[in-house]
Amino acid sequence: MNTTSLVSQISARLPDTDRDSLLRYSRQLLRGLGAPLLGLALFLLLWQFAAQKVDTSLGKFPGPLAVAEQAVNLYDEHAAEREKAAAFYQRQEDRIAERLAQQPEWQPTRRSYTGAPTFLDQIGTSLITVLAGFVLASLVAIPLGIVMGLSRFVSNAVNPLVQLFRPVSPLAWLPLVTLVVSAVYTSEDPMFARSFVVSMITVTLCCLWPTLINTAVGVTTVSQDLNNVSQVLRLGWFTHVRKIVLPSAIPMMFTGLRVSLGIAWMVLIAAEMLAQNPGLGKFVWDEFQNGSSQSLSRIMVAVLAIGLIGFALDRLMLMAQRRVDWQKGD
Amino acid sequence: MKHLLEISAVDMRFTTPKGTFEALKDVNLKISEGEFVSLIGHSGCGKSTVLNLVGGLLQASSGGIILDGKEVSEPGPERAIVFQNHSLLPWLTVWQNVELAVKTVFKGKKSRAEMREWIAHNLALVNMSHALDKRPDEISGGMKQRVGIARALAMQPRVLLMDEPFGALDALTRAHLQDTLMEIQRDLNNTVIMITHDVDEAVLLSDRIVMMTNGPSATVGEILPIDLPRPRDRLELADDAHYNHLRHEVLRFLYEKQRKVENIPAAEKKAAAKKKPDAEVSEAPTRRAVGSDL
Repeated sequence: MNTTSLVSQISARLPDTDRDSLLRYSRQLLRGLGAPLLGLALFLLLWQFAAQKVDTSLGKFPGPLAVAEQAVNLYDEHAAEREKAAAFYQRQEDRIAERLAQQPEWQPTRRSYTGAPTFLDQIGTSLITVLAGFVLASLVAIPLGIVMGLSRFVSNAVNPLVQLFRPVSPLAWLPLVTLVVSAVYTSEDPMFARSFVVSMITVTLCCLWPTLINTAVGVTTVSQDLNNVSQVLRLGWFTHVRKIVLPSAIPMMFTGLRVSLGIAWMVLIAAEMLAQNPGLGKFVWDEFQNGSSQSLSRIMVAVLAIGLIGFALDRLMLMAQRRVDWQKGD
Repeated sequence: MKHLLEISAVDMRFTTPKGTFEALKDVNLKISEGEFVSLIGHSGCGKSTVLNLVGGLLQASSGGIILDGKEVSEPGPERAIVFQNHSLLPWLTVWQNVELAVKTVFKGKKSRAEMREWIAHNLALVNMSHALDKRPDEISGGMKQRVGIARALAMQPRVLLMDEPFGALDALTRAHLQDTLMEIQRDLNNTVIMITHDVDEAVLLSDRIVMMTNGPSATVGEILPIDLPRPRDRLELADDAHYNHLRHEVLRFLYEKQRKVENIPAAEKKAAAKKKPDAEVSEAPTRRAVGSDL
């Protein structure tokens, strides 16, 4: 964070700098980048050192190098799998073309490749699931939060339920969601896989609350002065919400959305692990069950990937927040 | 003579946890079209309550307010209010703030082009044409108050209600805005009710000064007609005997007849606690305003 703002500060001022201030800025840059790099280096050293001391049933705990090696491996496996898939489709097309040459009236059936999902595929699945769950939660939480903020009655009615369900762990929801979805979502040709729906709804149930509460609070804190302006103008209910309430609540709302997305990501990994639903969580669980000498390194790669993606999601939300937030700074 | 606005026998009681509090008792006031009336009195005397009653933000416990032959029962743009802390929407630009008012009030009555012209006209009246695309946090306190005035004027109100409009501004900016307001009122002949703490401001701007007694159960104490010829010039008036006599009348009412009786330290502490956030917020921008506004 500090580093990025520093860099932008520097680049903005660079053109009109003389030697002296250039030096000063490069020193600042060093300090801005130096501290995080130093922290990272210390962490890697500590990791390497501590890893050698830990003996597990699968061998020594992997150090940074072993993990980096597995990261490359995982990517290579992904590339290899993609090649195999491409080759499969090529063979299929060749066969079809060959047969069509002999029997032009033949209706070909094409099959899709059924290889195991790779690490990158699992990342993609997890990302889509978390975003779907998060969007669904926001679609419920924002309107409900607005109504709660505007009406004391609704707020009093909903608040006990919020307090009751907010602390519930995703693992407690999961069996219920699984059973209910299995019972209710029974279409012949489902648009989404059932496992996707289960993960998504579990994520929704857990990440609903921060957005809901923050939106409601944001709406109740609309300044009385602005409400007076709205009254003097005799704004209708809908216009009042759109022109006065929503913009007022946006900073709080986005704070809630950011927390929600963070929770959504954490919950999803746990849900995928427990339910064996496709995604990063399943990858971790499969590696754990697999128990090869490389499993620990591969799990560590997943852990780092989960962290990085969580971080990236948070940055994205922060950027979105900055775009719509009318308040100065963050 | 027909009056535009009549406040008759208004009582205002608030229910508080400690019981009923009677803020106003038997307030009577008649205001003619084009008249500039100031309400002056000590803090807590119910000046703002009177203004909010006329504005429709509060409902009188008994008695009533009649504007143009119709009883006031809710807020409306024909009684536009200029709030002390400007109350601009912070996420809208200067232009958009006025636009929101114009689009709401003149929906279906003016064409798009006419509305644009009307917004530009009102912002020009308060000399804000140079900062149309600025947001409230990018302009000084004085400028914000100008935009607040433009927004209120743009509603074409029958009565313009001003709640200590210049209270949070520094002296130079305040003087400048008072002059602007005098010019606008001379040209448009608005009917204005203004709350103020400032004796000079009241005498300079008003046709009549309504002096209120101390609360609880505050009411109109005396009404002082200000028969100084217009246009008024603050520099000439400074040495004018009649002006100074009128000033003295107000001061005498405030500091002899209606001396605050409650113990002073407690009252001051309360006032200070109430004022502080405003003062802090407006301090920096108003300082800047001295250079840019004058």
